[in-house]
Amino acid sequence: MLSNHEREEILEETRLYPYPGAACIDALKIVQHHRGWISDEAIEDIAAELELSAAEVDSVATFYTRIYRKPVGRNVILVCDSPTCMIMGSESVYQYISDKLSIRFGETSADDRFTLLPITCLGDCDHAPALMINDDLHNNLTLGHIDEILEKYR
Amino acid sequence: METPLTQHIQPGRGPLSLKEFENAGGFKGLHKALREMKPADVIFTVKGSNLMGRGGAGFPTGVKWGLVPQEAAGSGMKYLIANADEMEPGTFKDRYLLEGNPHQLIAGMIIAAYAIQAQKAYIFIRWAYKKAEAILRKAIAEAYEAGYLGENILGTGFNLDLYVHSSAGRYICGEESALINSLEGKRGIPRAKPPFPATSGLFGQPSVVNNVETLSWISHIIENGPQWFLDLSATGEGGTKLYGVSGRVKNPGLWELPMGTTVREIIEGYAGGMQDGYKLRGIIPGGASTDFLVESHLDIPMDYASVRSAGSRLGTGTMIILDDKTCPVKFVHNLIKFFADESCGWCTPCREGLPWAQKILESFEQGTAQPEDIGILEHLTRYMGPGNTFCAHAPGAMEPLQSGLKYFRDDFDRHINEKRCPWR
Amino acid sequence: MAKIQIDGTFYEVKSEKNLLDNCLALGFDIPYFCFHPAMGSIGACRLCAVKKFANADDKRGRIVMSCMEPVVEGMIISTDDPDVKAFRESILEGLMANHPHDCPVCDEGGECHLQDMTVMTGHNYRRYTFKKRTHNNQYLGPYIKHEMNRCIQCYRCVRFYRNYAGGKDLNVFGSGNRVYFGRQQDGALESEFSGNLVEVCPTGVFTDKIFNKHYARKWDLAHTPSVCQQCSLGCNIIVSERYGMIRRVMNRYNGSVNGYFICDRGRFGHEFINSPDRIKKVHLRASKASELLEVDESCTLSDFMGKKVIGIGSPGASLESNFALLNLVGKENFSHGISEAEHKLTNQSIRLLQSRKVYSPSLKEIEKSDAILVLGEDIAKTAPMMALAVRQAARSESIKLGEKLGIPEWNDYAVRELDQNHQGPDFIVTPSATKIHELVEMAGQAFAKAENPLIITGISGGNEDILDACSTIADALKKQGKKLSVSIVFPECNSVGLALLDGLTLEETEERIDGRQKAEEKIDTVIILENDLYKRASKERIDAMLKKCRQVIVIDHLMNETARQADVLLPAAAFAESAGTVVNNEGRAQRFYSAVPLTGQLKPGWSWCNDQWENLDQVVNALVDAYPVFSAIKNQMPDADFRCSNEKIARQTMRSSGRTAMNANISVSEPKPPQDNDSPLAFSMEGYKGSPPSGLIPYYWSSGWNSVQATNKYLDEPDGHVRNGGDPGVRLFDDIDKE
Ligand SMILES: Cc1cc2nc3c(=O)[nH]c(=O)nc-3n(C[C@H](O)[C@H](O)[C@H](O)COP(=O)(O)O)c2cc1C
Ligand code: SF4
Ligand code: FES
Repeated sequence: MLSNHEREEILEETRLYPYPGAACIDALKIVQHHRGWISDEAIEDIAAELELSAAEVDSVATFYTRIYRKPVGRNVILVCDSPTCMIMGSESVYQYISDKLSIRFGETSADDRFTLLPITCLGDCDHAPALMINDDLHNNLTLGHIDEILEKYR
Repeated sequence: METPLTQHIQPGRGPLSLKEFENAGGFKGLHKALREMKPADVIFTVKGSNLMGRGGAGFPTGVKWGLVPQEAAGSGMKYLIANADEMEPGTFKDRYLLEGNPHQLIAGMIIAAYAIQAQKAYIFIRWAYKKAEAILRKAIAEAYEAGYLGENILGTGFNLDLYVHSSAGRYICGEESALINSLEGKRGIPRAKPPFPATSGLFGQPSVVNNVETLSWISHIIENGPQWFLDLSATGEGGTKLYGVSGRVKNPGLWELPMGTTVREIIEGYAGGMQDGYKLRGIIPGGASTDFLVESHLDIPMDYASVRSAGSRLGTGTMIILDDKTCPVKFVHNLIKFFADESCGWCTPCREGLPWAQKILESFEQGTAQPEDIGILEHLTRYMGPGNTFCAHAPGAMEPLQSGLKYFRDDFDRHINEKRCPWR
Repeated sequence: MAKIQIDGTFYEVKSEKNLLDNCLALGFDIPYFCFHPAMGSIGACRLCAVKKFANADDKRGRIVMSCMEPVVEGMIISTDDPDVKAFRESILEGLMANHPHDCPVCDEGGECHLQDMTVMTGHNYRRYTFKKRTHNNQYLGPYIKHEMNRCIQCYRCVRFYRNYAGGKDLNVFGSGNRVYFGRQQDGALESEFSGNLVEVCPTGVFTDKIFNKHYARKWDLAHTPSVCQQCSLGCNIIVSERYGMIRRVMNRYNGSVNGYFICDRGRFGHEFINSPDRIKKVHLRASKASELLEVDESCTLSDFMGKKVIGIGSPGASLESNFALLNLVGKENFSHGISEAEHKLTNQSIRLLQSRKVYSPSLKEIEKSDAILVLGEDIAKTAPMMALAVRQAARSESIKLGEKLGIPEWNDYAVRELDQNHQGPDFIVTPSATKIHELVEMAGQAFAKAENPLIITGISGGNEDILDACSTIADALKKQGKKLSVSIVFPECNSVGLALLDGLTLEETEERIDGRQKAEEKIDTVIILENDLYKRASKERIDAMLKKCRQVIVIDHLMNETARQADVLLPAAAFAESAGTVVNNEGRAQRFYSAVPLTGQLKPGWSWCNDQWENLDQVVNALVDAYPVFSAIKNQMPDADFRCSNEKIARQTMRSSGRTAMNANISVSEPKPPQDNDSPLAFSMEGYKGSPPSGLIPYYWSSGWNSVQATNKYLDEPDGHVRNGGDPGVRLFDDIDKE
């Protein structure tokens, strides 16, 4: 069941388009914002809200990278793996985080604190390597200050 | 040197508020367009400036607007969309403009919407640009407040609503027709062209999609006229261009320079040349989907025509530098993996060809590639060439691959012969 | 029309069709996947590549997708340019990279579009050496089997299911080379058109589960042209048999009726023929008190005839069987076996369709209507394929808009993108509007701007006022120079045919049987032909009626309530075991043929009623003599002695594997194939294999085209009409409404 809050936010988005179904991506993002990921049940609920079928909503949901159809940890680390960051050392950044948290790309730490995912170019190439945790961009990374960054996320 | 687009952007300081922008004369073009010009005159002026779309393809903006019918069929709606998806690896120019001067974009969009008589406009912004999104939302609220958006703008009877739509990831959504599908809440699959968006775009209505940098120009061109714009450039193509450099250079960054500044000036002058101990091996001139340039190209001007005659594309104008300590095969592999991951899955060559190319490149890195794999890669570059696929995604992906095979063939061969990556 | 140059020769082609469609119509073998004649183009598979040259001096040309290419006057193209051939081959190479190559265990094998295209493009050497991508399969319900690894991502399934048929529970998921076609979760497909996935899918992703239970390769099946008997629309089907058993039903193309598709009831509803409840033998009841028992002796109906006999026919039985019964008992003693209400409304409907005032449209014509009133009939239930046609008609507005904007109808998604703002033409659906003047007013509004207005109504939900209103509306439209189409849904497959014969209502029949009649008029025997009367009236009424007859004779194929009351029960051949004619709701008389050689005591209904007639043609001759309204049937449907190049038409394909070994488990000597006296079709692979007359096409096959795509080879153009005689069937109301 969608919360009233979620429903209101979705309703707000539907006003920007000629028909409710056009707010499908917005609705998915709203629910994901509140719950971290999109469950099958959420798919059904969003479908009902937007006069779509579950298959229609999931067809959209599974297309987009930033819609998570599996549970993620409380914080999502997105390591840029695009060429500039690669040149500038994103692989060692990944390796460092991976070793520290004992998770690889696509995995969530045992304490549910972090999920580690790759992301394509974050548009911060002149400050490579870069990564994003939740909504925050971190750039000019050196292995030395990754610990400090991770500390901020509980 | 004039830097109209970035003149109000100062690092370490937030963007100008609406008031500040207004005081700096930022809305002059908008006042002029809406108060003194007919929509057709606006289009005429932009055509005269020969402004070429800064999204990568360089299509003349005025011509694009001119394709929109005066009267819209169906619901009578027309739409303007700012393409702020910027997911091209190596590209970070639109973010600079979005975060640095949102009102410049908004003013340009209002004029563009007026020119094509669109009643609704959307900014389709990349998911990851959280800061830019927040800045935009605030700026739009200011613009509504000041009467630049909403009903009866500046008392001219022109109405425009402007919304921000943030994406959910996927490079292909930067392709204008995929963007339109995505904006409709659908899968971001490109559409068949024709019909072009000017005929049938968002919600089946006439629409224009323009890049952020393109739209940021509009109010300047209206204010100062086409000739002023043309005079800004070093070559005939008009205006300044945001050029960027990333990779192992001393001073990576972004600069607004006259269109047609040479590659050498940008890399050696502005970016400070290669870091000590690194040598330049190749240049991806305008985002991941452009062909490599090499040292011999350093003196070509960075404009559409010159880069094209050097066998590549200006693209977004943001270069990635390949240095001698990075394996070119690994570099190309990185790009092809990106394109394979981002294929929408609609057409056969891209959906099946890119993962294949990626796996072959992976085998190069692992030292398991066979001599015939070069031939297969070459075949794949033709297989996914322009016209063979449904959209420009796979052909774009083939540009660094085919030019990589051309310029770094020895390195490919070494992987085969030595059965390992010589850089490891 | 446009004149274009293909491979150096000039052709006149149709401007409103794309290049691929035109080339296929001209007989060029251009390979394709994602294009479908009824669904248009999307340009996804990239297989239909051809070379296009800018002008006569252009020698290089450029590759274009023929399905996305409009034809323009003077265009120069090559279909067999070496670049093009190499490109097509590499498309197959790409598609085969992840394909499991499991043809031997795949139900599609031998009639697979992917196999055909692989051979056609010449791809045979594998260069892709990496691990294949794999998918999980889903449970999609009792009818459709899912095997996702075989998928080549042509998007046809979702385009048919979602866009064409309006289904909501099948879709495409994921992206890139992981795209997946299925449901959101396992579960039965909801669309009543799901079975078409089997034919629409070019590989073995979606296959027929019912068929799978008793599977045989296409070349081991004997195929027979038939007509679906599940509703009054008369969709054309192909019934396939092996070892005396019906194995499957597939679509048979009829450009005026069902086109490329049929509904699930038609496709999967044939299982009753193999049901354990089938009556295979004569059953007799020694006395009223004793049980109904199977007997082995052969017998005829005349062994049991009484003095005063009533014959009750059925709207579910063929014209010939009904007529044979009528002929046996006499006009005045023949009953239609339907209620007075249905009888009256049916007759009135037919009078309207015959009246010259309104036009009785084919399903194809319904698709072209631009304003439709659906009155009182739930066509989704009673005539699914009509609902599908109406769904296509709903797009007429956006298609028109597309034309205005230069977007051709075949550019499928481009036209659908326009749809979003346009709620089709006026579509009004009423459960039941009662007052004539209300209906007339409603139609006036709905039809104000229409060029092809249509009213749909039916017997089950309609009423006389609606029919009267149709007349009034038609008169009004006539003044505006417009023609009103009226399509009426009838309850059964031969309701219209039966109504054209004389006959009593069920109520009248009860009265006749009722004991209050004079003694010498008292009915002592009732013969009931393929009609379960207990479904037509209350148990009390039917019990009472049957009790009053000394003897109840039932000719039927399934052990139903009526059959259980019989004193004499005669086993009737079901539609797939016999030949006959049915008249659909449009007034189109269509012939179906026996798909299985008759065995044992089974006989067609007409044969039980008259042992003088030796074959169907003799029944038809007698029928036409008695009822000239049917005379068109005689000329349109070939007699049993019709021959193509002196041969009967083979029901089996040429490649029938080891025909002589087929029954080797029974006998090693090759028996003479069973004879079919009722049709020019042979129960054998021997016989004519060319393109037979349109109504007699047993299967689709053409060199290089083993899949159902071969259908197009039998048409004047894809999505057009059947060659060699036009779309099967003959319209009985035609000569009446032509003005
Ligand atoms: C695969 C692909 C990705 C693209 N991504 C972007 C993008 O992120 N931003 C952008 O402005 N244009 C992008 N484009 C170009 C757009 O399709 C379109 O041409 C552009 O937005 C038009 O704007 P302009 O005329 O102002 O250049 C992309 C094109 C392709 C084929
Ligand atoms: S080339 Fe084809 S599969 Fe690739 S992104 Fe474009 S449409 Fe999608
Ligand atoms: S049939 Fe033309 S691209 Fe598929």
